[in-house]
Amino acid sequence: MSDLSPGVADAGLHWLDASGEHADIVLSTRMRLARNLQGFAFGPRSRVNDRTAVLRRVRAAAETVQPLKGASVEELRALPPHRARLLLERRVISRELLGEGGHDSGGVGSPLSSGSSAGSSAGLSAGSSTGSSTGTSPESASLDASTLAAEGAAVVLPPASPVSVMVNEEDHLRLQVLVSGLDLHEAWNQIDLLDEELGQYLPYAFHPEFGFLTSCPTNVGTGLRASVLLHLPGLVLTKEIGKVLQGLSQVGLTFRGLFGEGSEVVGNFFQISNQTTLGKTEEDLVDQLDAMVRQVIQVELQARHRLLSHAGAVTEDKVWRGYGLLRYARSLSFEELMNLLSGVRLGVSLKLLPGLRVYALNKVMMFTQPAHLEEAAGRALSPAERDAHRAAYVRRILLDEGRVEGSTPASGTDPTPPPEEPAS
Amino acid sequence: MTCDECGGENPVVHLTVVEDNETRTLHLCATCAEARGVHGNPLPENFLLAGVLAQLGGEVSGEGASRGGASTSPHPACPFCGLTLRGFKETGRLGCPHCWSTFEKQLRPLLNRVQGAVQHVGKVYLPPDPSASEREKRLEGLRRKLDRAVELEDFERAAELRDQIRSLRKAVP
Repeated sequence: MSDLSPGVADAGLHWLDASGEHADIVLSTRMRLARNLQGFAFGPRSRVNDRTAVLRRVRAAAETVQPLKGASVEELRALPPHRARLLLERRVISRELLGEGGHDSGGVGSPLSSGSSAGSSAGLSAGSSTGSSTGTSPESASLDASTLAAEGAAVVLPPASPVSVMVNEEDHLRLQVLVSGLDLHEAWNQIDLLDEELGQYLPYAFHPEFGFLTSCPTNVGTGLRASVLLHLPGLVLTKEIGKVLQGLSQVGLTFRGLFGEGSEVVGNFFQISNQTTLGKTEEDLVDQLDAMVRQVIQVELQARHRLLSHAGAVTEDKVWRGYGLLRYARSLSFEELMNLLSGVRLGVSLKLLPGLRVYALNKVMMFTQPAHLEEAAGRALSPAERDAHRAAYVRRILLDEGRVEGSTPASGTDPTPPPEEPAS
Repeated sequence: MTCDECGGENPVVHLTVVEDNETRTLHLCATCAEARGVHGNPLPENFLLAGVLAQLGGEVSGEGASRGGASTSPHPACPFCGLTLRGFKETGRLGCPHCWSTFEKQLRPLLNRVQGAVQHVGKVYLPPDPSASEREKRLEGLRRKLDRAVELEDFERAAELRDQIRSLRKAVP
């Protein structure tokens, strides 16, 4: 992490601190606004002239607009590919901005970097694509591919801020914000403020009937896509998740389970977001999502309670096994890690693993992604090396967290206390 | 490996379940996984849009129709970026702000289908050099936000909004 510019260094990392509400269950809240400038073609019809003119204007605005003060404007073509991949894994840029993966990343490898892809047309957070393709897991993503980004594709990264702006993605501007836990109101306030200020410098394309004009009709109107990344092991283990997700789709929300490629359900992570962007005020969209997510959290908590009372010993065993493997494994694939981490996260949330912080688990999720491992190693890694580096990083973080004492069995069904953890 | 539920080949989802205080792993094919509410490969984000666009095709498909002279609508193209209705149908993407006016007749029913609405009711954008009516609409929106901020007891936000309203009023020529 040596010569990263300040913007790149901490972009997209704010949510890790687990400072938000329900941060053990809700990893992050993200929001994006799609905006286009008057007088320029956008999306697939935009030409180099359009894109460079848009970028020039954005650069000028970034110098004046308060929420972007001191921002670094990184052109994707000028950014070394491994830096670009860091931003991708942090959900600050999308595959589409990077010039790969076309319109969609249908399947999902990492809950952090793929489907969610930074509010792009790809993935759930933006949901503006018609096509679908098999996703690329971070393992199979080629790390050294040179960037195919279009000229003018850029990202604006203000220092020490949860907001950022993608430039010349599917729309001219994708304003985005990413915060910890469930905090839709704060996210909305931040992105609204940025939007208000930026709109005073850049003439947006706005239509009295259709609202903010976008390239894809599924984004028009408010241009707002709000999404929340949830960890729902209770609902998965009690097999209620299907019902819950079905219910969500009936109230105009979309969800996406995050799965690995043709193998184990990865990590029990789900992303929920608003499906439509037109015909409701921004506040209504945000409030509705907020209300539904709170309900999902409630049923998740109930499911966890049932798990503990009906299958306490099994649950506890799963949690401690996960911890044990993470604490001592010498090689971990990303998928294996995510599954073990899911059990451990559940354990932390249920207070079965006292002394372990959600922050540490969030850090593990972020920094064990391929580009992050390579950044830390300072060189490219083979898949086997990556798994070894990943395991080493996880061991180090868990060791730093210190001693995790065995608690008394939560269920009371198991008379023998778990053995002492031979920590450190 | 075969699917635990139907015996079919190629299970793609391996679901850990807890039954009777025992965990076991179910290997499921895509269909059976879906039946359990687990979508290994969820529906493409905009399957709905894709469907609507496909239907739009009926009206715009052929040069044949226009050559026959029976075509009710000529194939409009956006005067600014040159996008045709056929091009829109292929990509599902509009090319510039003017496309929205050029194709508004086709877009309204489409929006009704995919968005369930046509009329934007959210923020009203105030361009850098606004007209009086734009400013009035904008004030309306800000007042609505202010009410909400007060309701949520977000007083910091309310103060900001009050400032915005004040400065917008002051700017009236």
